[in-house]
Amino acid sequence: MRLFKDANYGFIEARRKAYVVSGIVLGVGIVFMTLNVVNIGSWQNYGVDFTGGSLIQIQVDANLTAGDLRDALGGADAPPITRFGEESEFVVRAPVAEDGSIGAVADTIEAQLAAAFGEDAFEVVRTEQVGAKVGGELQLKALYAILFSFLLTLIYLAIRFEFRFGMAAVIATLHDILITLGFLAVFRVEIALPTVAAILTILGYSLNDTIVVFDRIRENMHKKGARKRNPVDLVNQSINETLPRTILTSGTTLAVLFALFILGGAVIRDFTVVLILGVIIGTYSSIFVASPALIEIQNRWGLGKVGEKKRPQPATV
Amino acid sequence: MFKTPRSRLITIIVITAIFGWQLYSNGLKLGLDLQGGMHLVLEVDDPEGTMTVEAKADMIDRVDRIIRTRIDEFGVEEPLIQKVGGERLIVELAGIDDQDRAKEIVQRNAFLEFKLVLPVTDMTAALSRIDRSVVAALGIDSIRALGRDVVASEQPEIVDLLFGGGDTTVTAEQVDTAEVIEEAPEEEDQLDSFQPFSSLLNMGDIPGTYLIALEDIPTVELFLAMDEVQRALPRDQALQWGMELVGRGARTYKYLWVLEEDPFLTGDRLETATAGRDPQFNQSQVQFELSRAGGRTFGQFTGQHIGDNLAIVLDGAVQSAPVIRDRIGARGQIDMGSGTPLEEASDLALVLRAGALPAKINIIEERTVGPSLGQDSVDAGKIAGMFGIALVVLVMMTYYRVAGVLAVGALGVYVVLVLGGLAALGAVLTVPGIAGLILSIGMAVDANVLIFERIREELAVGRATRTAVEEGFQHAFSAIMDANMTTLITALILFQFGTGPVRGFAVTLSIGIVASFFSALFVTRSFFLLYLQGKKASDPISV
Repeated sequence: MRLFKDANYGFIEARRKAYVVSGIVLGVGIVFMTLNVVNIGSWQNYGVDFTGGSLIQIQVDANLTAGDLRDALGGADAPPITRFGEESEFVVRAPVAEDGSIGAVADTIEAQLAAAFGEDAFEVVRTEQVGAKVGGELQLKALYAILFSFLLTLIYLAIRFEFRFGMAAVIATLHDILITLGFLAVFRVEIALPTVAAILTILGYSLNDTIVVFDRIRENMHKKGARKRNPVDLVNQSINETLPRTILTSGTTLAVLFALFILGGAVIRDFTVVLILGVIIGTYSSIFVASPALIEIQNRWGLGKVGEKKRPQPATV
Repeated sequence: MFKTPRSRLITIIVITAIFGWQLYSNGLKLGLDLQGGMHLVLEVDDPEGTMTVEAKADMIDRVDRIIRTRIDEFGVEEPLIQKVGGERLIVELAGIDDQDRAKEIVQRNAFLEFKLVLPVTDMTAALSRIDRSVVAALGIDSIRALGRDVVASEQPEIVDLLFGGGDTTVTAEQVDTAEVIEEAPEEEDQLDSFQPFSSLLNMGDIPGTYLIALEDIPTVELFLAMDEVQRALPRDQALQWGMELVGRGARTYKYLWVLEEDPFLTGDRLETATAGRDPQFNQSQVQFELSRAGGRTFGQFTGQHIGDNLAIVLDGAVQSAPVIRDRIGARGQIDMGSGTPLEEASDLALVLRAGALPAKINIIEERTVGPSLGQDSVDAGKIAGMFGIALVVLVMMTYYRVAGVLAVGALGVYVVLVLGGLAALGAVLTVPGIAGLILSIGMAVDANVLIFERIREELAVGRATRTAVEEGFQHAFSAIMDANMTTLITALILFQFGTGPVRGFAVTLSIGIVASFFSALFVTRSFFLLYLQGKKASDPISV
């Protein structure tokens, strides 16, 4: 069995359509990020890991609803309550206490629930309480982590390939992260520490895919007669040659991730969603963003002919 | 060395065996999110930002030492206490029930006292009185019920029993089920010879001490906690535990010190304590300085007790008991003995400084996961993981046939390497860790796919089997190498900047990448060489 044998699709020729698609998706994301700033005061739905505050996850008797909980916790003034996974599990989130101490808020909520339903009607299965200062630091650390990995990847690729390959790869990765952030903004997925791990994994996966294609471009560039070839053809050929691998790997990874999504439990579901999205975007971008970016960089700045850096230029042209 | 497929195979078997053994013997530790527990982050309270970096680091060192002294109080196995960045302390308590108590233990002020060590003569003379008081308070039946095993495992119940108003039916049940350590003596005749307390005490090898065997410690603790026993102690004398366990012969003991009940000085009088080294006599020492008033008390006291031992007691546990050699005023020095490493002196200095903390300690982060939630996550993760792996196996075998089977074999080796590597490093498996694992499986599969696709391409242009395989591995190498390296870079950065669960993810991913690299390029290749063995260059292969 062999999928996409001798494929010969005009990926690069279709790049303008891809730009439009990417542009629209990015635009939607940015619109929602702006809307979020207006509506929830922050461009993303940051969880307690980043804003500081308390989170209490409780498992309640089957007959209690979110409405009951809301009434018990002060009706209209109640902190946000959301269902978590199963029917009977809820998450209550509360901001940092006025005096900045942690613990008091969670204790209050527990006491209120106990007063309304009795001690035995619910069980606290998870609590998270993060001081405001810690939250701010984590945001900064996440940003540093992403910027540093960009920088190091750029350096690595510049050494192993050429600078423009590094540039193109970073553009593609940036594209992926922005789209992912847009998606997170649209659905207001809660950004917790594992979400940052997921975003960085996307960065890794997208790079992985891009590098496989670039590796083939590099190889084809060094073949005989490559210098006379049209760069668009060469890049196209490289993408088509690696297409079976791209489809198979992405397909397998997606299958595993879907298994994780369906069977992996509520704790890790948000995390898995981000990864699934990342794999799809990463595969798309290695074909429709990274490779065209390479061509565009070459067209615009004319960073030498193909293969120039690896071979010494003849004295006369 | 790796010329023949045979030697390659042996290498693979040896490496897999080593990692498999690591996995088997160390086991995989689960993170708090999987097994349930409590995660606390402590920070020095410094609202005005006036403390220097050194002062904060010193504070954290002291708090670290204090909490380590209290480690037994948590009542959980292997609490993890870790300093982070010089101003924070992470305390992780797996499987803890009573969270408020844990927080109290962590935040409670430490209490440092100086007490005089007394000779054991009076105490030994009082032992029979103590025995009688134990018998009188508990009754012979319930003492018999205090078989060692019962005490060690069901201590809370017994405490209830002792102080909860003497429920006799419970006592009777205890006797039935308990391991009776001595032949039951006749109550009337042998009351005096029944020695529940003194029989557990062995003479110590340091003046002023007894040695208690490890397994007897809970029983002795139980007796010491009783008011009756405390009243039976000689006047103004106290029994207090030492800090460390000591081995004597085949058994392990803990010191029980006989001390003067009232401290003659407390830690708040201590101004500084620093560790240093005396080059002349090649020994470590601790220099300390007391407040003016403290110095007067200390001088007077040490003047009267030259030659006696002075116990340094932190939170009720004797940390050290140096001999008083001279009258000491406000400035003194403790010699650690020749050849003692500086660390011991530093540790003692830390103990001395722990008694008076200049600032408060705040809990700035607190996470708890109930054990049931953790278990749910583990179960779900396992099912999802197995299902995912089954999918991969199915795809590889149908798509690549024999080569797919080889790849699945290599993936098996990969899984053992990753899990064994995690176990060997003592890394914990967290929820994001499982995701990292699955992602790195994806990368391992990808490496195999790259190689096989390449081999197919080479075969398609008409190369002979053997050459096609060689070329396939050779050409796929650069892509695998670069892809793995960039992911590794990301993982390492994640490790550097991440905390808690994210770090777990980074560790799993890093180990996973290294293992996938080895699995694809060495293991798959070796299996391929075995497969090609005995085939002619032109024979077809199943890929």
